[in-house]
Amino acid sequence: MRDAGPTLEVDLAGLRLRSPVIAAAGCFGTGREHVGLVDASVLGAVVSRSVTLAPRRGSPPPRVAETPSGILWSVGLQNPGAAAFVDEELPRLARAAPVVVSVAGGSLEEYVAVAARVHAAPGVVAIEVALDLPDEELDRPSFCARPDRAAEVAGAVARLAHVPVFAKLPGFLPTLAETARACVRAGAHGLSIGGGLPGMAVDPARRRPALGAVTGWVSGPAVRPLAVRATFEVARELPEVPVMAGGGVSNGDEAVELLLAGAWAVQVGTAILVDPAAPATVAEGISAHLAAAGLRSPADLRGRLALPGEEGPG
Amino acid sequence: MRRVRAEILSVRKHGAYHTLTLVAPEIAERARPGQFVGVAPPPGGAALLRRHFFIHAASRRGGWAGTLEFAFDVRGPGTAWLAGARAHGAVDVIGPLGTGFAYPRRLSNCLLVGEGHGVAPLHFLAQELRARGKRVDMLVGAEGIEGVFEPIEAKRLAANIAIYTEDGSMGGRGRVADALPEAMDRWGTEVVYAAAPDATLRRVAQVCRERRIPAQVAVEGPMACGVGLCFACAVPILRRDGTGYDHLRACVEGPVFNARRVSWERWPWPGAEQAAAPEG
Repeated sequence: MRDAGPTLEVDLAGLRLRSPVIAAAGCFGTGREHVGLVDASVLGAVVSRSVTLAPRRGSPPPRVAETPSGILWSVGLQNPGAAAFVDEELPRLARAAPVVVSVAGGSLEEYVAVAARVHAAPGVVAIEVALDLPDEELDRPSFCARPDRAAEVAGAVARLAHVPVFAKLPGFLPTLAETARACVRAGAHGLSIGGGLPGMAVDPARRRPALGAVTGWVSGPAVRPLAVRATFEVARELPEVPVMAGGGVSNGDEAVELLLAGAWAVQVGTAILVDPAAPATVAEGISAHLAAAGLRSPADLRGRLALPGEEGPG
Repeated sequence: MRRVRAEILSVRKHGAYHTLTLVAPEIAERARPGQFVGVAPPPGGAALLRRHFFIHAASRRGGWAGTLEFAFDVRGPGTAWLAGARAHGAVDVIGPLGTGFAYPRRLSNCLLVGEGHGVAPLHFLAQELRARGKRVDMLVGAEGIEGVFEPIEAKRLAANIAIYTEDGSMGGRGRVADALPEAMDRWGTEVVYAAAPDATLRRVAQVCRERRIPAQVAVEGPMACGVGLCFACAVPILRRDGTGYDHLRACVEGPVFNARRVSWERWPWPGAEQAAAPEG
């Protein structure tokens, strides 16, 4: 049966994964909690929570609020620090699936130090550099606000890492294509398009922000059209560069949208928090779509998008 | 924890609350008081995240074996949908979740302090404490008579009970937190358990600290996954060595915490203690 049907295996320019479905950063806990709830065998990889050099306590509560079409959140990089992550969390995550470590920091030096600690650890198949974070060193709101700074960080990590490095960029970035190109030129193996939209909610009765951190990020269904467009624009600019893309994906059709827009793999985040079986639902949905379309692998969807004025794929 | 598609046995309205009874033996057999369940909202509706409810009852034996109950008041689209659910329908439930109340080994006189729907998990706790030979007293509070959760059942479970409503429509007029010191003196309380809004929990913690009485509180705050994946339900918990605090997850390390370890000026939001003071 499997021989006759399509495969889910994907090859991200050398990074081979058993499935294009990847658990997004911050949605898979510490490798302990998913047991019995998430079928990790359908995951091509799991992205860890973002790791900094020293432990971070994270944002004050409340950290989450529901809005009509997405969840607003701010976890504030809560993590045990790179050393404790490698010793305690990574081995458990690696038992579930190949691990992509989300590397975070407040300075170029911190990104490099974290990457140096994690890149050669057993089970790590790639690094995702979380670039939409405050640049404490240059006192700017985000590392990816300027293409050269994003490229500097992504490039420094890429030069030292023995595994492929994906620069993670938010879809709403006005200079997205330019920043993506700069990161790749600096040495990034690929790109990861995703993360939340900036957001805020106010509790009118109490006259205070819904989040303890005041502002946060919106993810879930609300961001899907943004993710599709961002993926489309980056893939059109850089068709040879592997792109992982995420944003509100909860089923196969939504994943296929991103694959058609140019993604090489798809990240599932918020949906896992509601439905721990979401990755399996997405994987089965992709398989069903490929089988119905007579395609052999998820990579066959790339470039199949019929655009106005171009000849369709038939 | 288990994830099951559970049949709804009944949806019952009483006062301000609805009680949902589910057939979920995999969850009921493992459930402890203070633990909770996460119920998935209907797909495509206004509610995105699971709704989490303290377990009110879990029957392990007898004619109701394998059933599980939780109670709620309608506060938004998720609970409105559940209130309208019908018997023989099904819901997607994960549970039991979290770390429940711990039972005292030596101490015997337990006082259970509940307000609003917080009383629901305390009924389950009262049964388990009584089964262990402990004396159970209860302080039950609500805004008005409609909000007093199952008073007849509470009276059956407790050796001593006092009920307070803010409008005086049932029992004494006032808040349980105000009545707490006197009740503890009168009943010789040795251990306190509380489930109530944060302002009440804060005062329970303060009273018990002053009197050096151990207290466990079940906190409630915004939660996303409920199973430990996302770190959205962080509670500031003081370190034992006094060097500061850490954010622990209400869904894994809680929702029950030692009242002395909660950093009340940071819970349920930064600066909460000062802001809460004028209103009590």
